Amino acid sequence: MSIIDKSDEKAIRSSTARAAKDSPPGWDYSPAPETSKVTIKPSYGLFIDGKFAEPKGAKRFATINPSTEATLSEVVQATPADVNRAVAAARAALPKWAGLPASERAKFIFRIARRIQERGRELAIIETLDSGKPIKESRDVDIPLVAAHFFYNAGWADKLGFVFQGQTSGASSKSKTGKGSLPEIAPGVRPVGVCGQVIPWNFPLLMAAWKIAPALACGNTVVLKPAETTPLTALVLAEIFEEVGLPPGVVNIVTGDGVTGRAIVEHPDVDKIAFTGSTEVGKIIAKSVANPRPDGKFKRLTLELGGKSPHIIFEDAAIDQAVEGIISGIYFNQGEVCCAGSRLFVQESVLDTVIKKLEIRLASLRTGDPMDKNTDVGAVNSKEQLSRIEHYLKLGQTEGAQLRMPGYSGEVSPDNTGSRHGLPSKGYWCRPCFFTGVQPSHTIAREEIFGPVLSVLSFRTPEEAVSRANNTPYGLAAGIWTEKGSKMLSIAKQIKSGVVWCNTYNKFDPASPFGGFKESGFGREGGVQGLKAYVEV
Amino acid sequence: MRAGTKAAVRDFAPSPRVDAVMAAERAASFTKRSIKTKSKMAGLKLALSMLDLTTLEGKDSPEKVRALCAKAVNPGAGQTDLPPDLPSVGAVCVYPNLVKHCRESLESMGALGRVKIASVATGFPSGQYPLEIRLDDTRRAIHDGADEIDMVINRGAFLAGRYDEVADEIRSVKRTCLEEGVKATRHDGGGKGRPISLKVILETGELETLDNVRFASDIAIRAMDEAIAEFGGHAEHVDSHGNNGTAELNGSAPRHLDTSAPRYLSSFDFIKTSTGKVTPAATMPVTLVMLEAVRDWYLETGKLVGVKPAGGIRTAKQSLHYLVMVKETLGALPGVNELHPGGWLTPELWRFGASALANDILRQISWLHSGKYRANYDVTEA
Repeated sequence: MSIIDKSDEKAIRSSTARAAKDSPPGWDYSPAPETSKVTIKPSYGLFIDGKFAEPKGAKRFATINPSTEATLSEVVQATPADVNRAVAAARAALPKWAGLPASERAKFIFRIARRIQERGRELAIIETLDSGKPIKESRDVDIPLVAAHFFYNAGWADKLGFVFQGQTSGASSKSKTGKGSLPEIAPGVRPVGVCGQVIPWNFPLLMAAWKIAPALACGNTVVLKPAETTPLTALVLAEIFEEVGLPPGVVNIVTGDGVTGRAIVEHPDVDKIAFTGSTEVGKIIAKSVANPRPDGKFKRLTLELGGKSPHIIFEDAAIDQAVEGIISGIYFNQGEVCCAGSRLFVQESVLDTVIKKLEIRLASLRTGDPMDKNTDVGAVNSKEQLSRIEHYLKLGQTEGAQLRMPGYSGEVSPDNTGSRHGLPSKGYWCRPCFFTGVQPSHTIAREEIFGPVLSVLSFRTPEEAVSRANNTPYGLAAGIWTEKGSKMLSIAKQIKSGVVWCNTYNKFDPASPFGGFKESGFGREGGVQGLKAYVEV
Repeated sequence: MRAGTKAAVRDFAPSPRVDAVMAAERAASFTKRSIKTKSKMAGLKLALSMLDLTTLEGKDSPEKVRALCAKAVNPGAGQTDLPPDLPSVGAVCVYPNLVKHCRESLESMGALGRVKIASVATGFPSGQYPLEIRLDDTRRAIHDGADEIDMVINRGAFLAGRYDEVADEIRSVKRTCLEEGVKATRHDGGGKGRPISLKVILETGELETLDNVRFASDIAIRAMDEAIAEFGGHAEHVDSHGNNGTAELNGSAPRHLDTSAPRYLSSFDFIKTSTGKVTPAATMPVTLVMLEAVRDWYLETGKLVGVKPAGGIRTAKQSLHYLVMVKETLGALPGVNELHPGGWLTPELWRFGASALANDILRQISWLHSGKYRANYDVTEA
């Protein structure tokens, strides 16, 4: 019984051959750019006392898209006088904001969280345009976490009495509510006051959320400075504050460079400084707040600084999943992550296997247009950061380590030929790569590179793993991979770092505190512990 | 120590362990890829060409099998709004009693050998029969015209820790496929010697853990390879010209497209997730672990083994997720294209075991091609 006739059959035969010829081995993804339109204003003023305004005679600077070098918008370089106004607005708003019933304060924060979700796509797009990170990450990681931080901290606002068991009696409570003292937000618990917050460019809006959400929940007011290269999402957040009717002055956003940051840090009427950024700047800030304010009070300080986090792979690890952990540990956000697992320690017996698998896996990472939904590694945030990374690529090779750059088959010469291979000529790019043959004394094993560059080292015994992992001035995060639970717990206890991830890496949750040891800083953000920096008990 | 050898004791010869949380996370990441426009069309056609169009029911009839074969050869027949260059599917997959009807039907359409005949055998789906009966099941299916045998492993033995028994049985079935393949008539009428693929169904839904999936994958891959090596040592085979010759097995990978390779080696063997009779059937984490087993085997030996997820893959979108997983797990392996162009993104090394999937793919293709979604009743039943 013939269902089709001969001519059909011929057509099918040739079409099958054609299909087989067309599809493999070349099946690849077509471009999938995020095409939703967003509005970025040609210029933004400062957000002070609930209003966007441009100071008279203000100097401006451009914020650019690091993947194209095109100007996105212009923002104001805030002067010390502008910071003065912002701090004054925050001071003026403080008593009323702190005096609101806690549940009312929570409502504002919940509203902010919901509005962030509603404008999530827009925020993700602007974040990607301004920072160079892949849209996949801003859409699936950054912005959802931003909303989660506001939701989480909103929930704490009226429950702080359960966290901080302040001592209170009728008499003392009354006396403390006198002139000059802030209202209690829970029995025996008061806000710190005006918080000056300075944040980095790697997770622009997320860092703003980490800082602003707990401060507001605890009844504080805020002056926040986003990073020079990534001010836009913080300014959109200011629009959201306007939309939800947040009282004027509760959060003020000033843009600018280090000069603006210094004006905030050194301001005599700021009660607390929260800084996330480089250890270098962190040290300067710590010195600055070492001197009391003119009124004799010390400023409070929390610092979340750099890292050179160890990532330890034991021979009894689930190797394929550990390789995934390595990938998310160092190539997430182009490696521009303070807790990036940038020092990989692999047990000698599985070193070759891990390197081989890492190489194969790395070749499947897609580097390129951050706005393409299939991009895994986007653009480096700035020209300055790119030259810093390229400096280390050069240095690592000079010091004797071998640079491996899968996906690039040509020669990787000492002058970094290859690190921009196959990528657009405009924009700041670095192919994800790793060094083998790294010794603990090499600079690339000691200094923070803040790019998609991994240093691979090995160890023979667990004791050696621990001592090598701890042999660093930093102590922010660490990762351990083993299928043996007892080993995992014992090693985790011996690593001196704020976070130890076991059989995973770069997992963040608002309920989990984050922060460092040693030169990675002090103070914790997130969780119950993160609230502590924003209350007087 | 190699799994499946006499002294294999699991504690001392573990397969690589699998972290289930991270494996699930990785598997989920493949579903985030955005497959649009040209790449979607190419992917859907590719998926169509990789289908094992399946019917495995007690009520299956010769007429239903004929309908299935017609659909397999020309999936878009009787429908408008489809591009003219749709491929045939990879195979039809039926119970042994229906193999001869497939053969007749495909022969009448001149598609024998192009659309493969896969038959479940070895006491499918439970495998709870004496080995002799399972081997006989296999022999008959091949004799009736099967190109591919989908066998089930002995899960009882595996879960009880009798790994040697599992491996022995796989070796026996593979040996049977080789012996029968040498004797079998070629579909093109050119004499004796038909390559028979073996697909080893792990029934991962019953193995439960990903550690077990990995270990069972390794056992199956090694057992099939051992059977080929043993067989090659003494058996005569028939080369592509129909002449008798001796197998050459100097560690080289089977080459599907190389006509000078021994006939009985010129198709790849597979590991397969599920019978479709147990829930859960194919899942992405399970399939990912099997892909990793196949990749590690290739890196170790340079030999290629195919993978077939079966059961539970119903939508075109799911099939693209799987293809993304194949591409990103096995797409960048050095040297594969030289052995077999296209690697695992070809019907020779990748199959989808499914029945409802074909029509969803056709509806999606029709939408991409003409901008119109077809109603369910517009696409032909198989």
